[in-house]
Amino acid sequence: MASDTSGQTLAEKIWQEHVVRSTQGEPDLLYIDLHLIHEVTSAQAFDGLRLAGRRVRRPDLTIATEDHNTPTLNIDRPIADPVSRLQVDTLRKNCAEFGVRIHSLGDIDQGIVHVVGPQLGLTQPGMTIVCGDSHTSTHGAFGALAFGIGTSEVEHVLATQTLPLVRPKTMAINVEGELQPGVTAKDIILAVIAQIGTGGGQGYVIEYRGSAIRALSMEGRMTVCNMSIEAGARAGLVAPDEKTFAYIKDKPHAPQDWEAALAYWGTLFTDADARFDVEISINANELAPFVTWGTNPAQGAPLTSVVPDPALIADVEERGAAERALVYMDLKAGTPLKNIAIDTVFLGSCTNGRIEDLRSAAAILDGKKISSTLRMLVVPGSARVRLQAEAEGLDRIFINAGAEWRNAGCSMCLGMNPDQLAPGERSASTSNRNFEGRQGKGGRTHLVSPQVAAATALRGTLSSPADL
Amino acid sequence: MDKFVTHTGTGVPLRRSNVDTDQIIPAVYLKRVTRSGYEDGLFAAWRKDPEFVLNNEDFKNGTILVAGVDFGTGSSREHAVWALQNYGFKVIISPRFADIFKGNSAKGGLLTIILPQDQVEALWDAIEAEPSMPIEINLEKRTVSYKSATSSSVMPFVIDDYTRWRLMEGLDDIGLTLKQTESIDAFEKTRPAYKPETQPAR
Repeated sequence: MASDTSGQTLAEKIWQEHVVRSTQGEPDLLYIDLHLIHEVTSAQAFDGLRLAGRRVRRPDLTIATEDHNTPTLNIDRPIADPVSRLQVDTLRKNCAEFGVRIHSLGDIDQGIVHVVGPQLGLTQPGMTIVCGDSHTSTHGAFGALAFGIGTSEVEHVLATQTLPLVRPKTMAINVEGELQPGVTAKDIILAVIAQIGTGGGQGYVIEYRGSAIRALSMEGRMTVCNMSIEAGARAGLVAPDEKTFAYIKDKPHAPQDWEAALAYWGTLFTDADARFDVEISINANELAPFVTWGTNPAQGAPLTSVVPDPALIADVEERGAAERALVYMDLKAGTPLKNIAIDTVFLGSCTNGRIEDLRSAAAILDGKKISSTLRMLVVPGSARVRLQAEAEGLDRIFINAGAEWRNAGCSMCLGMNPDQLAPGERSASTSNRNFEGRQGKGGRTHLVSPQVAAATALRGTLSSPADL
Repeated sequence: MDKFVTHTGTGVPLRRSNVDTDQIIPAVYLKRVTRSGYEDGLFAAWRKDPEFVLNNEDFKNGTILVAGVDFGTGSSREHAVWALQNYGFKVIISPRFADIFKGNSAKGGLLTIILPQDQVEALWDAIEAEPSMPIEINLEKRTVSYKSATSSSVMPFVIDDYTRWRLMEGLDDIGLTLKQTESIDAFEKTRPAYKPETQPAR
């Protein structure tokens, strides 16, 4: 980050407030306010602590849940896969041994770690938040500096509640204007990634700004910040405002001294005279429902367009990647995206598994039947989201439409549990990654918004609500 | 962590950009609770293709992976680093690495070297022309050098002093930070009371 005498960006303010130690020629030592843990990236970290005879420095700033490797069916029975069961059991034992609060399968606060943090009110403005998961950037929607870490860093935070980190550069993405009906937060971020590329944000923390970002709900802002990592940025954030404060107010861990917290939160904005290292502008008025056609999240296009012709791509690397992607995806250049037939629709994940996402899809499916040519999985982001949806009758809408109503978890986003695509199967997925084999070996993924997912489920081919 | 000063080995040309961590090691291999034994999962899907570079006898024993731009994108899984190391790789060269992957590599002693695209392409050509050509990595001098029958080159690379020092000394980050415990204690005393705690749950 630029250190000069002018004003500070929001990210710089939060960084500065968490520096424990700063020495020339070394990374800053940054204090971590909240450490989220799950079963897949923590076992080896706890092992490291045990080997070195170390304790968890701040169990009271640490919380665990089970999400990546948990089944979404029969959660009242022991996990069928013994390797998965051992991993989940290992997390439970580690949490018991080191005094870490855990929300296990069957618990009302179990769910995807990035849905659980905000719904408990543990995610608050101005915090530093880490988790051994790259989508930790989600929490940036609250004006927190939140980023994914590896297992060695998980161990580091467990032992010291700090991390040595090099200051990132700052990038502003200004999204001005008004989204057209049927265009969502997901379409904003897919368009951003297509514009700057999977490495465009590498080394930066992104601040999302502008009228279209301000107009988004907290859920929408979480969707945008969630996929910062898909543009290469470890963190993305949005300055907190009245919507942020209202979201936190009635949550279990909302500050008891609300006025003191509010006074601090009010300081969390980028100063008018602050400078970003890079600024990018996006016109919200021109955005349309966006889908991916390739095997990285930057390979996307408006749903109304066609599969691009690699021969027309000037950059040699990008052209080669596009050629390989079309082979893997079994797509021909020039095919209208709306003609692509889908086998599985997946609604869920830390990107689009919150109550608002389920509502928007249910509103499209209400009273209708999904196409007989596909299956649809609806996986709420957390047990509470599932209960809320059931209280609103959304589960009945999904089930009556012919979709499967599952229990909470990461599920088919990464295909670690039994929810996977078969080889050659094609999905329209509200998740975040369309990598080769991400949702199951040989599976083909098109990333979409919840609205596009629902419309696609009804028509059988990639579709937007406007096509219905 | 083993000290890294120099390494001499042969190269593996991976002519692909955007090699994401799901390709390096698919999620189904992440169910284990150990740090070793991930070599079977490395590039699991691609290795099923007989044409894949690691299935070429010429490159089987390579220890220096030379890949296209944006290597290690996607998931934060450190299993990607473990899989590369378990398989036998000591060094990864690419024009650009994803941040989290680069950080994870440094923690585990896997050296990531950034070289410009044209130098990576020259290296690919040289390795393919002579797979047994030794490549020398010198972290102290910050150079990648090779000499084949037809070409030779000494390419300097940039790495920050701190990471270089840690790798060369094989230092454990946690041990270094624990020396700063007094600073952490002092910082904690200044934390505002309204910051949330996970326990006890209200």
